[in-house]
Amino acid sequence: MTAPLLDVDGLRVAYPGRGFRARPVEVLHGVSLTVGEGETLGVVGESGSGKTTIGRAVLGLVKPSGGRVRFQGRDITHAPARARRALARDLQVVFQDPYGSLNPNLTVGDILSEPLVVQGASLKDARARMRALLDQVGLPANAPERLPREFSGGQRQRVAIARALAPEPRLIVCDEPVSALDLSTQARVLDLFIDIQRRTGVAYLFVSHDLAVVRHVSHRVSVVYRGDIVETGPAGAVTSEPEHPYTRRLLLAAPVADPDEQARRRAERRRLQDAEIGQGAHG
Amino acid sequence: MSTDAPNPTEETCETGAAPSRRSSAARRLLRDPQAVVTAGLLLVIVVLGLLAPLLAGHGPNEASLDAINADPGTPGYPLGGDGSGRDIFARLLHSINTSVVSALIAASIALAIGVTAGLVGGYFERRVRGLTEWAFSLIMTLPGLLLLIVLMPVTGGDYRTTMAIFGVLLSPGIYRLVRNLVVGVKNETYVDAARVSGLTTPRILGRHVLVAVRGPVVIATAFLAGQAITLQSGLAFLGVGSSAAPSFGAMISEGFLNLYEEPLQFVWPSALLGIINAALVLFGNALRDTLQGAQPKPAKIVRTGPEAAAPADAGPAAGLLTVEDLAIAYPAPSGELQEVVSGVTLSLSSGETLGLVGESGSGKTQTAFAVLGVLPAEAVVTRGSIRLDGRELLGLGEGELRDVRGRSIAYVPQEPMSNLDPSFTVGAQLVEGVRAAATSRISRRDARARVLALLKRVGIPDPERTFRSYPHQISGGMAQRVLIAGAVASRPVLLIADEPTTALDVTVQAEILDLLRDLEKELNMAVLLVTHDFGVVADICDRVAVMRHGEIVETGTTAELFGDPRHAYTRMLLDSIPGDAVRSDPPPGDAAGRGPGPSGETVAKEAR
Amino acid sequence: MFLYALRRAATGLVLAVLVTLITYLLLSLSFDDIVRGRLGPAATPESVRAMKTDLGLDRPVLVQYFDWLSHAVRGDFGISYFTSEPVGPAVASRLGVTMSIVVVALIATIVVGVALGVLAATRGGAVDRLAQSASLTGYLLPNLLIAIVLVVVLAINLKLLPATGYTPVTENPARWAASIAIPVIALVVSAVASLTAQVRGSMIDELRRDYVRTLRTRGIRTRSVVLRHALRNAAGPALTVLSFEFIGMLGGALVIETVFALPGFGTYAFDASLQGDVPIIMGVTVFAVLMVVSVNLAVDLVNGWLNPKARVH
Repeated sequence: MTAPLLDVDGLRVAYPGRGFRARPVEVLHGVSLTVGEGETLGVVGESGSGKTTIGRAVLGLVKPSGGRVRFQGRDITHAPARARRALARDLQVVFQDPYGSLNPNLTVGDILSEPLVVQGASLKDARARMRALLDQVGLPANAPERLPREFSGGQRQRVAIARALAPEPRLIVCDEPVSALDLSTQARVLDLFIDIQRRTGVAYLFVSHDLAVVRHVSHRVSVVYRGDIVETGPAGAVTSEPEHPYTRRLLLAAPVADPDEQARRRAERRRLQDAEIGQGAHG
Repeated sequence: MSTDAPNPTEETCETGAAPSRRSSAARRLLRDPQAVVTAGLLLVIVVLGLLAPLLAGHGPNEASLDAINADPGTPGYPLGGDGSGRDIFARLLHSINTSVVSALIAASIALAIGVTAGLVGGYFERRVRGLTEWAFSLIMTLPGLLLLIVLMPVTGGDYRTTMAIFGVLLSPGIYRLVRNLVVGVKNETYVDAARVSGLTTPRILGRHVLVAVRGPVVIATAFLAGQAITLQSGLAFLGVGSSAAPSFGAMISEGFLNLYEEPLQFVWPSALLGIINAALVLFGNALRDTLQGAQPKPAKIVRTGPEAAAPADAGPAAGLLTVEDLAIAYPAPSGELQEVVSGVTLSLSSGETLGLVGESGSGKTQTAFAVLGVLPAEAVVTRGSIRLDGRELLGLGEGELRDVRGRSIAYVPQEPMSNLDPSFTVGAQLVEGVRAAATSRISRRDARARVLALLKRVGIPDPERTFRSYPHQISGGMAQRVLIAGAVASRPVLLIADEPTTALDVTVQAEILDLLRDLEKELNMAVLLVTHDFGVVADICDRVAVMRHGEIVETGTTAELFGDPRHAYTRMLLDSIPGDAVRSDPPPGDAAGRGPGPSGETVAKEAR
Repeated sequence: MFLYALRRAATGLVLAVLVTLITYLLLSLSFDDIVRGRLGPAATPESVRAMKTDLGLDRPVLVQYFDWLSHAVRGDFGISYFTSEPVGPAVASRLGVTMSIVVVALIATIVVGVALGVLAATRGGAVDRLAQSASLTGYLLPNLLIAIVLVVVLAINLKLLPATGYTPVTENPARWAASIAIPVIALVVSAVASLTAQVRGSMIDELRRDYVRTLRTRGIRTRSVVLRHALRNAAGPALTVLSFEFIGMLGGALVIETVFALPGFGTYAFDASLQGDVPIIMGVTVFAVLMVVSVNLAVDLVNGWLNPKARVH
């Protein structure tokens, strides 16, 4: 059995507390997960669960206070800046906000060529690669001369995806990449993610609050609750027969677009809730 | 953003029709008359100063007894001579140079210190920033002009040294500006993306951060130059510093003493100083408008003119709320009206929940705001009718609308946090609303009791504590309960909920939907629920209206819509829902046999 | 809230000490010149050294400073080199003149600036343009010029107000008001622009916020929404501008005191500086810094009172 592409083991992250001499607040209490080559691991959780922090720690944007992050067999937990920059070839990111993640002052061409040029590509190669990328994400060929603000939300997210794909990475951390998009745009962008994965074999660490979205793109799913992973398993199993009570609650709370099924779920959720309250009263 | 305000560029961009013009700032500046005139004026003045030795027949300090108070036009003295017999024209031109040098010294020192420290203090966290903050708040406390006067023995009267110190005194303004911009940019995810892309810190600072800082700093520099020139002339007026350097301030001071005999001696330097300063300020303003876009225009919150809409002929009013052929338009930049809602018709009965569904920009929120009478003032209702219980709401004045709002119609917004006033306690805001909406006067104390009961009713565990809390001290779910409490306080007959659960976690969303459902039954309210989420529709709505591009494309009961959608757009939306589809193609690296996953069709509807 | 105020006050005191220290260190660079200036053309190296010893200026600079500081905290600011009057009471008496002008101008600036800013932000259109150009006009001209023009027009040509001189408020309030009227107007005219711009800008931002709409849907009066809610939230940035304006006015008052021949703080400092009267210079610096520090403290406290989030941290 080969080592997984990404291996996170016992990851802890603490943020400094607010205010004078405040104690640090630990947001991840020892999270472990793996992502294989070409695989999508969905990470699902609610706001404040720490799901986004997992991705940021893998990317080196926050410093872990404990645990290990291994990528392609190498320990990158505390990789120095130089090693981090070299990692950029293989490890990339797509953020949630398609407005904030593109510098409004740079053209799409500058945004896409920048990572290539810093990795040492010639301007000519970078341009050729850019054309291929734009084609791959379905953007018009005249996109490079334009500014991000001239594009719609969905198109901007395509630019962000193209930027992530530019150095042909092995893993892309996707932080809520479709949450800011309209329903129909969201469906198209999700399909684009799946399509690119099939063609390039890139792996995704796909962070989202939306169970349905995660289920749609993930091979396996991890559920994060208050800084811990409470459950990991194949997408189908975790999202239809969850083992952990929290996952069950999450699943029942997410409304489905079917009035009858939704009425059934609502009844079940309320039953579960009442049962819990009853338990709480006894405990 | 809780409004899906009309954004015409969104559509045009999608088709790629928008012209790509990164029209350079310089070119835009050239098209602005204010910028061209002021910049031209400044340029002419600076050139005049540079050419002073050639243009003037005398040195600035060259005094001649014959020229004392000489009249303008005296040969060799185009503007006459001053009280000491010096050539006023020559002194004016040389004073320009003094001003320019003052501005250059003060501005460049302020920029060098302020920008460097701002970048460092803004980009690096905690300790470094703590240090720079302290240093600059110290400088800021220095009483500028007084200190310059006090330090006269140190500067030895040379205005250049004085201006260098003044540059240091000005640097906190630049520091704060740059630091704030850098902190703002640093939190943008594009800086994170650049770091992930392997850019070095200096490169990020130079390419991503400095770019954002450039514009505002250029603007600030224009104002700095003005301040420096004003200060220099003020000091020279007071007589601070050596009198060897000709300057406007000294000339004004001399002219002031001689005001009655030779008023022109006072007018020349004053006028030139005034012109330079005004040109710098106006040029700075033009720069700001060009680089940062026009300053925000005030938007009246209340429409003062009469509603343009002519009520449609009063047909049979079925139901509690009837909206007929409602059209809302906004003035486009070209001046003509652009419709964002075109002929919406819907009706709603007591105890019924109608879902108004659509994507962003479909006009669903605009429709809801029209019913509430809180459309932005620039919006124009071009036609249609909105009737509540038979009473036409369009065309009512703000006072009459106030009677309806809060009492008969209530509103639950999307984003709980931004819809509470951060400066007032939860209790204070609710009490104010309860008292405003009450039909008879009600004491503060009764209102408070009512609010506490309401907070309890909407499921807040410790009403007393929440009552005393400020909005930032409560969670998003609690804030939404507070807003619902505020909305139902006066037992409204119609509740308008604009994406009431979109900003919330799903587990909280489920509870809020339960609460809305219970309240609807309890109060027999009609609920107009604006949403983009078909799950929410399936959960709570009796009927649904689907909106697209400002029109309703399909209306029906919830069962009909999900069971048998008639319009192609509705079908497309329903097909876009990820739903129960679960990914089932195995990852390519799965040869090792890690992770199960049945092979088969790639995205299969999971069997239930 | 009390702890917050205490911490702010402590920070202010530390700042005051630092500023006086820096001033003293800078002044010490020119002690030789000062002494030589006092002795006049007859100065010899020996006499200079003797006078420095006499004045205690030959000791290490830090020793001199702490000597001064230890007296200053007890209210003893030394005596003037030239007139031998005690510095503390002398500065304090002149402070009244300057503060009359600055405080009245500050209050007038707040009233006019807030009124114009709110009006511009809520009315828009012609009112907005008028309010903006009115306040800009003052900003375009150096306040020196404004003061002179006002003197010429109001005092000399129209003879409405006295051109120079100062009457203490305790003597004759009406005359006092008349004597500071032109200086105050000159300061207000040049200071009101930035405040108006800030109030207008933040009011526009505030009125676009979601809570404004929500308050309206509750049936709350527009006036209450604008003045009670939006204005309160818009006040923070305006207060910061105001503390800058105060420092600016303090400087502006110095120029204006000279124009109007008012026996204020500025003219006093100016004369002392020309003569190199170190105790007066230090005394003036202390009072000026304390004024700035207390205004900043007041601004911080008002900000904390207005903004519950600032209060917590």
